[in-house]
Amino acid sequence: MALLQLHNLHTYFFTETGIVKAVNGINFSLERGEILGLVGESGAGKSVTGFSILGLIDPPGRIVEGDIFFNGKNLLQTDASTYRTIRGNQIASIFQDPQTSLDPVMTIGSQIIESLQAHHPHLDKKAAWRRAVEMLEHVGLPAAKKRMHAYPHQLSGGMKQRVVIAMALLNNPLLLIADEPTTALDVTIQAQILYLMQTLVKDFNTSLIFISHDLSVISQICNTVAVMYAGRIVEYGDKSILLSDPKHPYTKGLIASLPTLEKSKKHLTPIPGTMPSLSNLPRGCYFKDRCPLADSQCDHYPEERIVAGRRISCHHI
Amino acid sequence: MSPYLDKLLEINGVEKNFDIPSGFFAKQILHALNDITLTLYRGKTLALVGESGCGKTTLGKTILGLYPPSKGSIRFKGEEISRHTPSQRGALQQKMQMIFQDPYASLNPRKRIETILEQPLHLHANMSKQMRRKSILSICEETGIDPASLQRYPHQFSGGQQQRIAIARAMILHPELILADEPIASLDVSIQAQILNLMMQLQKKYHMAMLFITHDIAVVRYVSDFVAVMYLGEIVEYADKETLFNHPVHPYTQMLFASVPTLHNHIVKESLQKQNEIPSPINLPQGCFFADRCPLKVATCTQAHPELATYNKGHLVRCPVAP
Amino acid sequence: MKHLYAFTSRFFKSKRALFGGVLFLLFTVAALFAPLLTPQNPYDLTQIYLQNSFLPPGSSFWLGTDEMGRDIYSAILYGLRTSLYVGIASTLFSMLIGLGMGLVSGYFGGWIDRMIIRLADIQLSFPAILIALIIMALWGQGINKIIVAITIVSWVYYARTVRSVVLQEKEKEYIEAARALGMRHHHILFGELLPNVLSPVIVLATVRIAYAIILEATLSFLGVGVPMTKPSLGTLISNGYEVLFSGDWWVSIFPGIVLMLLIIAINLLGDRLREVLNPSGGF
Repeated sequence: MALLQLHNLHTYFFTETGIVKAVNGINFSLERGEILGLVGESGAGKSVTGFSILGLIDPPGRIVEGDIFFNGKNLLQTDASTYRTIRGNQIASIFQDPQTSLDPVMTIGSQIIESLQAHHPHLDKKAAWRRAVEMLEHVGLPAAKKRMHAYPHQLSGGMKQRVVIAMALLNNPLLLIADEPTTALDVTIQAQILYLMQTLVKDFNTSLIFISHDLSVISQICNTVAVMYAGRIVEYGDKSILLSDPKHPYTKGLIASLPTLEKSKKHLTPIPGTMPSLSNLPRGCYFKDRCPLADSQCDHYPEERIVAGRRISCHHI
Repeated sequence: MSPYLDKLLEINGVEKNFDIPSGFFAKQILHALNDITLTLYRGKTLALVGESGCGKTTLGKTILGLYPPSKGSIRFKGEEISRHTPSQRGALQQKMQMIFQDPYASLNPRKRIETILEQPLHLHANMSKQMRRKSILSICEETGIDPASLQRYPHQFSGGQQQRIAIARAMILHPELILADEPIASLDVSIQAQILNLMMQLQKKYHMAMLFITHDIAVVRYVSDFVAVMYLGEIVEYADKETLFNHPVHPYTQMLFASVPTLHNHIVKESLQKQNEIPSPINLPQGCFFADRCPLKVATCTQAHPELATYNKGHLVRCPVAP
Repeated sequence: MKHLYAFTSRFFKSKRALFGGVLFLLFTVAALFAPLLTPQNPYDLTQIYLQNSFLPPGSSFWLGTDEMGRDIYSAILYGLRTSLYVGIASTLFSMLIGLGMGLVSGYFGGWIDRMIIRLADIQLSFPAILIALIIMALWGQGINKIIVAITIVSWVYYARTVRSVVLQEKEKEYIEAARALGMRHHHILFGELLPNVLSPVIVLATVRIAYAIILEATLSFLGVGVPMTKPSLGTLISNGYEVLFSGDWWVSIFPGIVLMLLIIAINLLGDRLREVLNPSGGF
């Protein structure tokens, strides 16, 4: 049975200026140990998806429809305190800016120990300390014992992110949701952090949802890829199939507009226009105004079908 | 490559230090730039590549006059400009303009777009109202801004459009040099290509020199003619684009290239897991700044500070050890 | 004009803002047209008769009379004039001074900044009431003197807010872009920075008007504010304070209620203004 299953999830934000349909009907599933890449541009709804799973959608936002099945339970039907326990123990999260995830006035050591003792009250200080150092060494933080006494601002971006990862994996979660974890890091550090995440996921058999706007980063460690656009998934399947042979015009457009390292591209073909406003979505396919293949069929939102080994929503495949 | 290269900006031996107050009376020195020597040619793009803290943004701002260099000279069209602030440079200043990383922050949120575009004209050109209006409409057409939106405020535009406005503002005086500091880094991926193409189009049309500051190697491959790789305030390698990408010599350049993820490579491997941290620009090490992280390190590397030397014609490398 | 209309309609979408707005309008109109709306001019000693003192609310004196025989209703309307005049005038002056000091301090930094901050810090370490009290006690009573005293006390808050906004905005790229264009300092200060500083200042001002009004009422209550013959709301409350518990409740309570409602109205408007001006970048 899949560890996580999202079924027809709709998350809307009810604001003064209108209803923002941030997530508008998405489905995917995740097995244990699987790494899913959720890729899309800003406004596509990928972060909101992550927050929905974590149960961190606050008013004026609300999950209006759908189900989230996690480890056999429907998260949307659990009470707040159970959800909180699940969130700390079984589903962990890391975000883009390690600066804001760490308390600037506590040492690294005290933060980790606090987190440990919150979920394992029987653990005494000495044992918690040992476990914390162990975890820091595991994530490759140099001079871990010394760093236990350091404050976040004394660490570099890469080191901070390692600490954040350590804290996320402390309680051996079943699922880790990482929202742009390497976007703020230098490219050489990014490579190290990606390697770390891949190794840890394997060691702990954690499932990982890797949210990013960077297709290249996604292609490095993910097994499956879901491409999001304006609140919906437009293409979803195995990474190697999807990225070597993209079929949805948006995915293709995205790949064509990226400069590549391998050889000098003569032209970058940009996707014209911009993503539609989430409070004013067009009728029919959301991508039709920017799509080279658009025609009258596209006035009806395309049904999701399975084509060439992946799920795709497009009339023209 | 055309053999004729017209020098527009010459940077020579530029150093920039900042005083960092530490504790009550003590002061530390942050060495942001060390011995930078570069030339920018008309119609050509020099890409300045490096990771955070390498000093590339500081160099851009020093050229612009926002900081005075601690040492060295900057000559623009033959004239020494390094000791003058932007307001002191007079007519020369309008010939060099900058495009910033965060398009929204580079536009005054309380001003309408038309006012923002008019400002450079007010400051440097002596034009009648009609001529100004004409200038504005013409630049809007060139940069893809809808003239009907001129009365709006910056926040009413998307990131890509905001950057177009910033580009229009930079272009309206027809500068000869454009300094672009990570101009597409904060834009959505599908918009980045639009803006890159626009910039290259304009450069070609007006035969401008461009200094393109970025950390994105793939973009460098697309836009540049020449590339300078920076590390901790120094240039460690300089060459024309093809040479650099086909034959990177400096170990840092090689490490950079090996770390860049693409759709087809596999960078996530054990061999890249160097644990050593980047030294601080306040306490620069003796000898080569990169020695601690370098796979080619030998004893001499920590003793003598390497010079930027000619490796091949037009290809400079700051590493005596590289084969 | 179209922008103003759009702004106003959005502003009053909130019921609380609407309530506050209507209330404030009511009070302003009442204050402006006081002579037309009142049967008596409570400042004109020839219209007051001692034998009317402490009459309870009734048909001839709607809200009763105070110890001098003044019609409370008339006194409240005239007192409102004082409150609003003092509140708005002192706020305007302290806003101007605070704006100037804050801009200069934040933009230029260095010794000017350090000096202004020290001054502000020293002043802030004393309670505002104390400073105002000392000024008025030494200087004597008078409406314009109160305005000066409140201005002296209040400029610091504006200066502080303006300075911190300037410090933030100064680092932003649009200021760098302006400098890179060769714009001179004064042009940047007033052309680029000022418009961005105004919005938090306006929000602060709506809060501080209320405070200024309370400060004046307090000073008058303590007897160092307006002269006894021209009572403000504070004086009225003070006058009735002594007889509050001996049965003549109306002398204090009615002015008290009006003062309270005035402050509430201003606060509601200020809150809504804060909501509407942040976080959008526009208005």
